Amino acid sequence: MPHEQHEHAHDHSHAPIQADERQGYYQRLADATRNLLIEKGVFTAGDMRAIIEKIDGRSPALGARIVARAWTDPPFRKRLLARGKQTMLEEMDIDPVVADIVVVENTPDVHNVVVCTLCSCYPVFILGRPPDWYKSYAYRSRVVRNPRGVLQDFGTTIDPAREVRVHDSTADMRYLVIPMRPDGTDGWPEDKLAELVTRDTMVGTAEVSIAN
Amino acid sequence: MSDDIRQQHDMGGLDKGPVTLDEHEIEPWEKRIEAIMRLCSMREDPILTVDELRRGIEELPAELYDTLTYYERWIMSLTNILVEKGVVNRTELEERVRELEAME
Repeated sequence: MPHEQHEHAHDHSHAPIQADERQGYYQRLADATRNLLIEKGVFTAGDMRAIIEKIDGRSPALGARIVARAWTDPPFRKRLLARGKQTMLEEMDIDPVVADIVVVENTPDVHNVVVCTLCSCYPVFILGRPPDWYKSYAYRSRVVRNPRGVLQDFGTTIDPAREVRVHDSTADMRYLVIPMRPDGTDGWPEDKLAELVTRDTMVGTAEVSIAN
Repeated sequence: MSDDIRQQHDMGGLDKGPVTLDEHEIEPWEKRIEAIMRLCSMREDPILTVDELRRGIEELPAELYDTLTYYERWIMSLTNILVEKGVVNRTELEERVRELEAME
């Protein structure tokens, strides 16, 4: 069946076409698919609105709450590192939805970075939708070969003495990085700590700083 | 692995240039494609899985893989798999696409 759609796409490429005209085709394909699946009873228009609202509601703030809790509650951090998904679900009522979440921790010796080289697998339900760069060919291809160089593209320099570990995600296994807690935050409450934790620090392309 | 036998999606370890940090806001039609995927996969008895979506994307011809945008690849994969599984048929799908076009 790739052949069927190939022929179709081919029809469209005979003449130079505007990007919006091409996009129009894929929009109609999406809406035709949606309409057919609703008619066939696979889901309802209401289900569609609800799932969009649910995903729109997920943002890095959720991951930041998990990180802040891990910084302030060592037994929780230990459980989180051992059983990522269950711990988020059972102790924070945050459902990452996917089959499993592996939580890895940055330390003075190790810095972790996450990628999905084959596609774009990402913990959407704890960080929101992935940024464009996470899905880019540049990031997917280079970060496993030259992670320190890629981190430079983000303005992030990792001390050469620290090991950099790159984790390649799959459909069923996504990663969350616990960044290092910055100095000067002793005694801060969890909600104030959570405000320091940005999306990129939980993917590993940035480090947390008080100046963030 | 020799680079000439790689499939298009298998790019780990290659060098596709520096990372650009520009981001675009997801558009409503892209959200609808994402929603169709989730509604098909996040159910007791999934109609398709995330792995299947990826497999469908990987099967796109290289020139399509490289020219389509992210969610355009998704809807191509989704519809190919839904047709393959007999959930919808190609003829009715194409008919609906033409009807929508005629209404514009």
